[in-house]
Formats: sequence, structure tokens, C-alpha cells
Amino acid sequence: MAGKRGRMSQEVNAGSMADIAFLLLIFFLVTTTIASDKGIMNILPPKQDPNQPPPEVELNERNIFNILINANDDLLIENEFRNNTDGLADEIKQFILNFGNPDEDAVALYNSLPPSLRGMADQSPESSDHPMSGGAVISIKTNRGTSYEKYLEVLDLVKQAYFEIYGERVGLSGEEYRTLSGQTAAEKELIDRGKEGIPMAISIAEPDKIGS
Amino acid sequence: MSKFKKKTKAETNIPTSALPDIIFMLLFFFMVTTVLREQEILVEQKIPQATQLQKIQKKTLISYLYVGQPKNTSLYGSEPRIQANDVLINTTDIVLWVNQQKDALSEAERDQIWISLKADRDVKMGPISDIQFELREADARKLMYASVGKVENN
Repeated sequence: MAGKRGRMSQEVNAGSMADIAFLLLIFFLVTTTIASDKGIMNILPPKQDPNQPPPEVELNERNIFNILINANDDLLIENEFRNNTDGLADEIKQFILNFGNPDEDAVALYNSLPPSLRGMADQSPESSDHPMSGGAVISIKTNRGTSYEKYLEVLDLVKQAYFEIYGERVGLSGEEYRTLSGQTAAEKELIDRGKEGIPMAISIAEPDKIGS
Repeated sequence: MSKFKKKTKAETNIPTSALPDIIFMLLFFFMVTTVLREQEILVEQKIPQATQLQKIQKKTLISYLYVGQPKNTSLYGSEPRIQANDVLINTTDIVLWVNQQKDALSEAERDQIWISLKADRDVKMGPISDIQFELREADARKLMYASVGKVENN
């Protein structure tokens, strides 16, 4: 009889243990903010030497895709007034892949592209010559009064256009290409193959001081 | 019949002794992933939305700059300010701050420093471009505009 009682008391009542753990769990659930280190990456140009004037780069007007944003967040895209950004990413893709006046290297690049991208080449003489360096440039110019949100929205669309081109070259969607981490050799190779010959030429001009 | 009844009676007790273990496992997961915020944010932070987000693999390389209107407007004014670590700084102090951040990294990683610009969506481009100019001066040219994923509402 005594032995039986002893065995009964051996089992510790662990039911409330779960409650305590639940309370702690809920506390950590509420306080946790999973750190989001995500964002739009941008490489700034190197600093200017005050003794040397900025190098004059000869670029044809047709090679620059001008995006101006004023203090009211209105857009002037290729001298055309807009108040929204609908379809901008596709226009930029068209512009980059125009191949209006390709040189020998650019023709080789053109031939290496998949047919879906080759189909975008309009070869219009008024648009960019080729997407390689020295060719198409996307220029974003803001005013000091432009909102950061609008600027980021436009930069986002330009990036989207480039990532879609890169992704299409290696048979991925733009999103899949963007999330490649480059940590394995295979992913690194995909990244390099995607952007080979088509640098992300985004020029961010110093904002205007006047007219805000 | 009586035999059958006895059997069901024996199985009414569900063993719950493993439940705390499961909960503890969840608890430890959240305890480990939690990063307690060691600094107070003194400026407004409504991070803008974007779609083309990328992630930096090595978190130790990132330094954060917070930009926005001060929360305590009576003390700091209503103009957008820059917060680095836990103090509000002026644009001219950025070069010094970047050099301090670089010193905290090992020598090989010093030129790989990323600046994550956590700017409020209501900030204008004026202060942002001033910061970019200073970052160029400080030779910390890898800049990330921190943003959150856009929720598509079609």
C-alpha cells in the first residue's frame, strides 16, 4: 500500500509547465521584430577631386533615358509629362534593348540574347545605341523638394527593368534572379551570366536647388 | 462487454508531459532569433515600400543611418534629422561616423561596408542627397535604401 502511494507521487504534475512556457513564448512572440535588412542597393559614384573637373563624357542624347522628378512629384520622362509611373519598367526595357546603332561587340551581345529579348530590339535611331558600357544610360534627376518615396519608386522600377532583363537571359524571372544570393558557385555563375555585357547604368544626378 | 469498457477507460488519459518540451523548443527558437533593440529610435520611421528588394548576406557589414522627422519636435525641431547609433547628428558629422564604423570592422572588410539608409517616406530628397554626398566623401559608397516589400492590392 505504501509502495503504491510512493509511486503515485513520483509523477510530477507537468501540466502547468506548458502554461508557463506558453506565457514566455507569447512574450517573445510579441517582442520579436524579425530584423529586415532588405532594401534597394545602390552604389554611389566615387567622390570628386576638387582639383579636377568632372570628366566630360560624350554621350549622345539618344543614349540617355531622362527621368526628371520635380518638387510636386510630377514626372518628365523623355520630355513627356506624366503624373504616374505606369508602364515605366517596360519602356526602360525597350530603351535598353533598342540596339539602334550596335558596334561589333554589341552585335555579338545581341546574338547571345534569348529570342524573347531580341524581339524587343526596335533598332529605332532615336533610342539607345546598345546596352553595353558607353551605351544606354538611365538618368534620374530629382529636385531637393522631391519626396524620397517617389524617388525610390522610380529607382525601383528602373531596377525592375534591369533585373527582368538579367533574369530572362539566364531563364529565370526577374524576382528569382534578384533573390540569388551568390553564395554558391552555381548561383554566382548565373548572376555573372545575367549581367554580362549589360551594366546597370543608372545615373543619379545632383538634385536641383531651385524651384522647390 | 465489461472487458471492452475497461480498455477505453485506460486510454482516457492523454499524456501531456511532452507538451512543455515542444513549447520550450518554440520558446528557445524565438529567444535565439530575437534581437533586442539596443538603441532607441529618435526619429519617425515609416519605411517606404518597394518591390526590388535585395538582402545583404553579411549583417556585420551593415551600419544604419536613420533619417526622419524627430519624434520629440519640441526638443529637436520639425526638420528631418539624421540618427546614428543613439544620437542625432548633423550632416557634417557623417564622415567621422563612417570612419568610426569602419574602424569597428576588421581590416579586410573595411572597404566592404554597407550603409543602410532607413529614411522616412516623408523626407525630401534634399537631405538624402546631402547624406549621399557625405558618404561619397567618406568613401562608403555602398548604400542601401532600406524598404519593406510592397503589398500588391490588385
